[in-house]
Amino acid sequence: MNKEIAASEKANAHSKSAPFITITKRDASSLKRNIVVRIIAIAAALVVSALLTLFITGENPIKLFSTVIEGAFGQFRIWGTAQSVAMLLGIALALTPAFKMKFWNTGGEGQVLIGALASALVMMTAGGLPHWLASILVILAGVLAGAIWGIIPAIFKAYWKTNETLFTLMMNYVAIQLIKYFLKVADGSGSSTVGPSLLLYGRLPVLFNQQYMLNIIVVAAMTIMMYIYLKISKHGYEISVVGESENTAKYIGINVKKVVIRTMALSGALCGLIGVLLVGATSYSIDPNLAGGNGFTAIMVSWLAKFNPIIMIFTTLLIVVLSRGAENVSMTLGLNKSFSDILTGIILFFIIGCEFFINYQIHFNIGKKRKEEAEDNGNN
Amino acid sequence: MSETVSEKYALQLRNVTKAFGTKVIANKNVDLDVRYGEVLAILGENGSGKTTLMNMIAGIYHPDAGEIYVNGEKASINSPKDAFNYKIGMVHQHFKLVDLFTATENIILGINDGNKYDLAKAEEEVKNISGKYGFVINPKKKIYEMSVSEKQTVEIIKVLYRGADILILDEPTAVLTPQETDKLFDVIRNMRNDGKSILIITHKLHEVLAISDRVTVLRKGEHIATVDTAKTSEIELTEMMVGKRVSLNIGRSEPKDTCDRLIVSGMNMTNPDGVKVLKDISFTAKAGEILGIAGIAGSGQRELLEAIAGLRPLDSGNITYIDPSNSENVELRSKSPMQIRELGVRLSFVPEDRLGMGLVGNMDIIDNMMLRTYKKGLSVFVDRQPPRQLAEEIIESLEVVTPSAQTPVRRLSGGNVQKVLVGREIASAPSVLMVAYPVRGLDINSSYTIYNLLNAQKENGVAVIYVGEDLDVLLELCDRIIVLCAGAVSGILDGRTAKKEEVGLLMTKVKGVSENE
Repeated sequence: MNKEIAASEKANAHSKSAPFITITKRDASSLKRNIVVRIIAIAAALVVSALLTLFITGENPIKLFSTVIEGAFGQFRIWGTAQSVAMLLGIALALTPAFKMKFWNTGGEGQVLIGALASALVMMTAGGLPHWLASILVILAGVLAGAIWGIIPAIFKAYWKTNETLFTLMMNYVAIQLIKYFLKVADGSGSSTVGPSLLLYGRLPVLFNQQYMLNIIVVAAMTIMMYIYLKISKHGYEISVVGESENTAKYIGINVKKVVIRTMALSGALCGLIGVLLVGATSYSIDPNLAGGNGFTAIMVSWLAKFNPIIMIFTTLLIVVLSRGAENVSMTLGLNKSFSDILTGIILFFIIGCEFFINYQIHFNIGKKRKEEAEDNGNN
Repeated sequence: MSETVSEKYALQLRNVTKAFGTKVIANKNVDLDVRYGEVLAILGENGSGKTTLMNMIAGIYHPDAGEIYVNGEKASINSPKDAFNYKIGMVHQHFKLVDLFTATENIILGINDGNKYDLAKAEEEVKNISGKYGFVINPKKKIYEMSVSEKQTVEIIKVLYRGADILILDEPTAVLTPQETDKLFDVIRNMRNDGKSILIITHKLHEVLAISDRVTVLRKGEHIATVDTAKTSEIELTEMMVGKRVSLNIGRSEPKDTCDRLIVSGMNMTNPDGVKVLKDISFTAKAGEILGIAGIAGSGQRELLEAIAGLRPLDSGNITYIDPSNSENVELRSKSPMQIRELGVRLSFVPEDRLGMGLVGNMDIIDNMMLRTYKKGLSVFVDRQPPRQLAEEIIESLEVVTPSAQTPVRRLSGGNVQKVLVGREIASAPSVLMVAYPVRGLDINSSYTIYNLLNAQKENGVAVIYVGEDLDVLLELCDRIIVLCAGAVSGILDGRTAKKEEVGLLMTKVKGVSENE
């Protein structure tokens, strides 16, 4: 009997009512709500960064923001921004079919680099061929190399269930090392890039007198085609089914291995194509840093857009504007480069964080607790 | 309606409400009175809030509003541990046991009463409890060596060992054979006679009548009534559960123009773990009849259907399909689902795992309709027009409750999900239709819709293969019944003359009566 009383006292000592906060998943979130939440998030991010700037550097926040805008869209910077958008968006688009299939391709960087390397090899050696043929070879080599870099982890995943995230990640380092080796062999001087003086043949055409125009047109076409491919093609449908439920795919007779390998070949090939553009149409030079981490940034771009190619245009813009703006801030205001990184970090934090408020609902139980207590008192 | 709160009751609930999110109200102002030494059945359809209510008593959820009283005193239950302090214990539908531990080790796992860990003493105690209530259990047996019913016994003793006076059993008979159910009921009666209060969740009416003293009926989260079992009937209980009169008869017509459609012979299968899951299985499915497959869960039903559907490889044996158009034999073994369809074999399959295999939960109804047909034609693009029409037809004819055809199927209720799946499989005009547990989790009305659909298919000359768990339904619906036990056929019975006990016996006995016939 004594033991019982002790037990019930122990139970009473526990919290008297429901937990303070309950979090529940929303069934469906309305479009209007989603937009409002995002606008609030961006506004909050701007306010926080403005306050931070004011207190730490004493700079006028308005000036800071105008510097950011100037850095992205200013007269001498807008083409550079367009180029950065094109390249980042291109890689994000390339990763998207794999992601839709829930194949976490973290090897975009390596697939771009290997494509670039294959193109560079052709550009160095295709001296005897007519220019048009050399150009076609440059493209084919890069696309094919990227596809192979995508197919290798896909085969291992399909047949032996290896972890594709680690596999594709490690393939990045293989590509980087191959380029380093190429630099040593191709350019005996020990330089860290192989430049225009060596990559002479089969350069892709410059359209409308604008160095970046070809890249922009290719990526614009890629965006539309990827949207159509995922939305209404049979392949796109198969990718969705395999991604959502492998068992369902088997049940209706989809050859899962084939779809995995085919999709990764596409993903790798498109990354390779971006590599081709970077070497063959932009800089005519190659170094291990050519992709500049865009293979990883593209993962975030694709996710933020929920794998929708059209929305990806905006998420790419957001990231590129922020980083180019930040660059400009450190240049013109004489602030440390790290400070602009902090601002970028704050803004991304808010944008990614607001997804939580879109997907979940928070209930505070303060009011109810008071009411319960009041009722208790009333009863007593 | 309800009594005042007093010490005369082991457990009382007053105005208990629980909501999930803003839309789903699982329980609304529920009152409940549980006496000492009684078996109270909690009856209700799926989604009526039975399990949520019990989970609140057991401390897994916290009510949004309302009070719980134990022995007439207000109780605050925030965790299963609190519940045990009030001597309340729950046995869940899905067991929570460590496979590599023995029965006793599992039973004492997590007890922290300050005493020294003494396995021998604990085993002695387990034996005492078993003896007292009539459990049959070997305290030293490892969980992975146990049958489902033995595991359940361990779960119940676990609760008793912790001194529970109020026991909640969540659908304890769902996994048991009729014989095992009878044994469980004996134990429950012993516990009741010892003064314990037992709450048993179920939706099987005859079990309610067999075991309980009183019945509480829930519907859509609300308490409808509590009645004395002796003064009620199946019909009255159904009416309370569903909210209107339902006829509980499955119309079974005499098979007409039957002929062999699918002949399975000498089927053997080893699963990837190296376990033999199908042993020398042979049977014939005839056009125009429903062939039932009975057996304890995991006796090879799933493997059998998946082998026929081309999803799993066989070690040996043949699957022969007889084409209704030209009576030619088509061999289906070692063919993929796509190849089977290309051979012109109209085989439909409603798998057990609806959202994980039959449908894609995140896709809308239209895209799910398209699963079977998207490949048709040479175009590289899919044509969503025919599946859209089909989706609308099915929504209309099977009365699927959905906001629109563009709604992801995971948002639909279990019954509506099943209607979408069965509707799609029937739409391809099958000559063989295989269904696995098609009414699991469905309410009574949806269940009868499905039975009627199957009967209509049978009357159209389809060979229907029905894997079920409810023996009463199998006996009412099927023309012939194959009983599986541990991957082998232990008997083939006539659905019209077979007795439930007979089926139950075959379910647990390898190679039974069939050889004497």
